[in-house]
Amino acid sequence: MTMTKKKTIFTAAVLAVLLAVCIVVDMLLPSYHIAVVVIKKATVYSLVAVSMNLLNGFTGLFSLGQAGFMLLGAYAYAVLTIPVDKRAGVYQYFNGGALKFSVPEIFAGFLGDRVGTTVGMLLALLVGGILAALMAYLIGLPVLRLKSDYLAIATLGFAEILRAFFQWNALGPITNGSNLLKSYPAFSHATPYVVLAGLMIAVILLLINSTYGRAFKAIRDDEVAAEAMGINLAHHKRMAFIISSFFAGIGGGMLAMYMGAIAAAPFKSALTYEILLIVVIGGIGSITGSILASFLYIFFSEWLLRGLDAGKFLGINAPAIFKNGFRMVVLSVIIMVIVLFFRKGIMGDKELPDLLDRRPKQRKKEAAGK
Amino acid sequence: MQQILPYIINGISVGGQYALIAIGYTLVYGILRLINFAHGDVFMVAGLVMVYATTAMPFYVALPLVLIATVILGFTIERLAYKPLRTAPRMSVMISAIGVSYLIQNLAFYITGGVPQPVTRPIPWISENVTILGASTKRVTLITPILTILLVIALVYLINHTKIGMAMRAAAKDFETAQLMGIKINAVISMTFVIGSFLAAVGSMLYFTNYPSVAITSGGMPGLKAFVAAVFGGIGSIPGAVVGAFIIGLCEEIIKGLGYTTFSDAFTFALLIVVLCVKPTGLFGEKVTDKV
Repeated sequence: MTMTKKKTIFTAAVLAVLLAVCIVVDMLLPSYHIAVVVIKKATVYSLVAVSMNLLNGFTGLFSLGQAGFMLLGAYAYAVLTIPVDKRAGVYQYFNGGALKFSVPEIFAGFLGDRVGTTVGMLLALLVGGILAALMAYLIGLPVLRLKSDYLAIATLGFAEILRAFFQWNALGPITNGSNLLKSYPAFSHATPYVVLAGLMIAVILLLINSTYGRAFKAIRDDEVAAEAMGINLAHHKRMAFIISSFFAGIGGGMLAMYMGAIAAAPFKSALTYEILLIVVIGGIGSITGSILASFLYIFFSEWLLRGLDAGKFLGINAPAIFKNGFRMVVLSVIIMVIVLFFRKGIMGDKELPDLLDRRPKQRKKEAAGK
Repeated sequence: MQQILPYIINGISVGGQYALIAIGYTLVYGILRLINFAHGDVFMVAGLVMVYATTAMPFYVALPLVLIATVILGFTIERLAYKPLRTAPRMSVMISAIGVSYLIQNLAFYITGGVPQPVTRPIPWISENVTILGASTKRVTLITPILTILLVIALVYLINHTKIGMAMRAAAKDFETAQLMGIKINAVISMTFVIGSFLAAVGSMLYFTNYPSVAITSGGMPGLKAFVAAVFGGIGSIPGAVVGAFIIGLCEEIIKGLGYTTFSDAFTFALLIVVLCVKPTGLFGEKVTDKV
């Protein structure tokens, strides 16, 4: 059996096992169980982390605007899907809001309740992604001419401006000002999240392996050389920015779905930092790494290290030390250690199938033996 | 005029506080080409230390303690988080800075329990109310710009007329050549962090005298705005940072005075983007050409 074939089978097997585990978890455990919650949140984070990796890791554009695009996606999803009869309650300060329709309900009208609602929800997610992509196009016009740290600050600034706009009272009939948006429909099981995010990530993966992906990597490695080889820099950078933002928007919509109620406040630069650090832990330039790191990070912070906040951890009872916030301190120390001493992260720039490759040390030994 | 005057006075004062933070950014960027994302959090920690120290100790002990603690913090951050990455790509150092910012905020959350710490004993005399041109304000508002300008003059003197200042200028001009000429680059870098943190501590004490409480997130916004000020003035240039900070402080307060409080933050970033697109070197920055 050739190596490529082996790799394909290995990857397919791993993915199938993971999906099966997820379906089993969904069947056995109630949807409020911590395992289901972890899978949901980690899946959303995976998608956003991968979208950020596409930009920062594969194209070498250090952008910190992810939270802004997620905000757009989240709001688009929530605004479009709140049921009509609940709008009066949600938009109580704005006379029931400006929109008098709900996308899932429109589709439920002629596709039946279950299918229609799902189609409507997916469509709302898509709208969020497209809005984020459009915004990325507009922002990209001035911003993508900048380099490295200037680009980082400018995108960070745009995310902050977006947040200010969404909290503006004049837009209240649509965005509900700085009040919560809630009561919108959401998938209660983890499997829809996994399937949805999995499909998105698969698309990103295909893109990375296409000619576009190769061009992105060339830009990352050496902009001048890439341009000399005939790659249109402006065009490809814009593409990467728009595509990354599109998926960040969809990720934002899914985050809204996961959270159940959203406001503009949590979409601060801290969210972007969190995702950036996840990308770094996984390895800049590795899709598998980003996904793995998201799951590890969420698993640690939401589940395993919970005890550090609640007074008891690993059987040690010390409420004076293990109080609220200690978990995040431990996590951020771990992150700093990785950032400083294991700069390649968990996966470096390797992907899942590469795990089958023999280690370079062994190969060297073999070569020496010959 | 009578209505807008308090905002102008406030704006100059806020501008002074931003200037003190902005110098920290501009000095570090000038030498390391690094946006020190943790600088805003150093500013926040100084505020927290002030709150804790002033409630426990008399002022003549507490205030120097704030300065010393902040300087030590800045120094430690540089040694632990930036020095090991000196030869690494710039992106790694920036990520490390973001990591430090994340760590400091989480630590502060742990220590304060996530509750904003009220400024129970503001520094006396400067927190008293005075009336100027018919507008009532705290004395700190008037002192801030004066103190800022005095400190900046001292700093400019230090940089232009002392040995360490000359070393700093040399390191900013050409990092590697400066090293070859026998300049102890690590000492110079530590010095910039010490100066930056010292000024941030002074800025923090002035800033939080005007505010009821210190929250763990209160460093983020002033930090980012001060950075914008540094870019606006031309990053790497001290007079630029100061002028930029005063302009941003003034504009922001005037926007608040006109009733668009939501957009006072957005304005700063819009200004940043306009500056970066129209004149990326800022008001006083030197032009840099990329070599292949």
